[in-house]
Amino acid sequence: MRHHTNYLLTVILLLMMTLLPAHALASNSHSSGEMDVKEVIFEHLGDAYEWHIITWGNSHISLPLPIIVYSVESGWHTFLSSRLHHGHAYEGFHLATEGKYVGKVVETLPSGEVVRPLDISLTKVAAGILINSLLLVCIILGVSSWYKRREVTDKAPRGFVGAVEMLIVTVYDGIIKPSVGEDYKRYAPYLLTAFFFIFFSNLMGLVPFFPGGVNVTGNIAITLVLALCTFVAVNVFGTREYWREILWPDVPTWMKCPLPLMPVIELFGIFTKPFALTVRLLANIMAGHSVILALVCIIFITHSMGAVIGGSLTVVSVLFSIFMNCLELLVAFIQAYVFTMLSAVFIGMSRVKQHG
Amino acid sequence: MELFTPDAGLLFWMVLSFGVVFLVLAKWGFPVITRMVDDRKRFIDQSLDAAREANEKLTDIKKQSETILAQAREEQAKILKEAADTRALLIEEARAEARTEGARLLSEARVQIQQEKEAALRDIRQQTAQIAIEVAEKIMRKSLTDERQHMELIERMVESEGPHPLPTSEE
Repeated sequence: MRHHTNYLLTVILLLMMTLLPAHALASNSHSSGEMDVKEVIFEHLGDAYEWHIITWGNSHISLPLPIIVYSVESGWHTFLSSRLHHGHAYEGFHLATEGKYVGKVVETLPSGEVVRPLDISLTKVAAGILINSLLLVCIILGVSSWYKRREVTDKAPRGFVGAVEMLIVTVYDGIIKPSVGEDYKRYAPYLLTAFFFIFFSNLMGLVPFFPGGVNVTGNIAITLVLALCTFVAVNVFGTREYWREILWPDVPTWMKCPLPLMPVIELFGIFTKPFALTVRLLANIMAGHSVILALVCIIFITHSMGAVIGGSLTVVSVLFSIFMNCLELLVAFIQAYVFTMLSAVFIGMSRVKQHG
Repeated sequence: MELFTPDAGLLFWMVLSFGVVFLVLAKWGFPVITRMVDDRKRFIDQSLDAAREANEKLTDIKKQSETILAQAREEQAKILKEAADTRALLIEEARAEARTEGARLLSEARVQIQQEKEAALRDIRQQTAQIAIEVAEKIMRKSLTDERQHMELIERMVESEGPHPLPTSEE
């Protein structure tokens, strides 16, 4: 009986995943008449100063988020994004509607010049990062407190703690130990944090309603910071042998002197590695979100083609959305796994010892 | 291209929150769990080793007990055999003793019988002699007056009659 209930719950959740954004979009398209798929997708993929939760009929329900800006003229300003609704200006700031900074907070200087202030607003993605971080810390500390309360001789955990332990052991024994080598204990906390941060953010991104549904790991700032952390871990703690292999590799002398061909290539490689990490994660997650949104949008585009075509395509689109969501669950894990594995491999390569 | 330009504000928030998450989890989160997992693995390995050792010990003990049992059985057989031998020996000895004792008793008895027979014979002979003398006296009283002549006569007669002349009677 319990199995049946679980299946039913899964199916309902999957349907909700596809239909909830559909509902939100439906009201969107009704109010504006025509639906702009590109705008819908880009709005989701990008950032915003407020967290749009749902549109019910004609009323938009959104969470205003704090805007924190620093102006060279007037110093720090903190206010809620609701002050800037409908093109209003507040304390000399307003949302740009055109030009280079479209959609961003800009400042109108007394001279009439429009400039972009230093903007560290708690935007939708930033709020998503904070929520994900908080939840992740709670989960992992909750799990670790389970271990603190127990002895080695006690039974292994079951249920949720057991599942988290399984993930940790998968990463710890499957990636970190074989890839990093001797000093794996030193790097394990960073690699595990990276794995769980990415994995958890990916999963939260797939949840279609508040507080999930933010495209966190599909944002370049996030993947860039993660890749830079790996960059630091690799290059700051690299051994002498690692640097020797970059600056004076074991190749025929004419390839490194007088023209330092190989050293240049190797140095270039230092930077391509984190770049590849950044783009791989970003592109995968962004693509997944785009495809799911596009499939949901099909429902509303075909809506005007009549009941038969619209209805049948809706069924197809819902089925495809379910499939894509399942695929994205897989991708959520795989991308976290790949990022962690590559980071571990790069770190392992930077820990090389003298040959022989 | 907005999607591919990192936003300064987001970079700030990401560095801040990821840094905090990393510090918190690296201090209180993952090391606790990984240490426990490693310890548990070691504990399981140790337990397996201990179990294997115990098993080996058990087999050893079983083997030992079997050998002890076999030895005991052997010992038992030996003791039984010895007991039987001893018994047979004892019986044999007793029998021999009995035989010699019997023989001794028999010979003693024979000697006694002989003696008694001789005493009886002597007695009889004396009595006979007495009776004969008396008889002869009565007879001879009529013909012989000298008693000594009588005795000599009688003894001569008795000697020629009896198979064993008695040395005592000659005195």
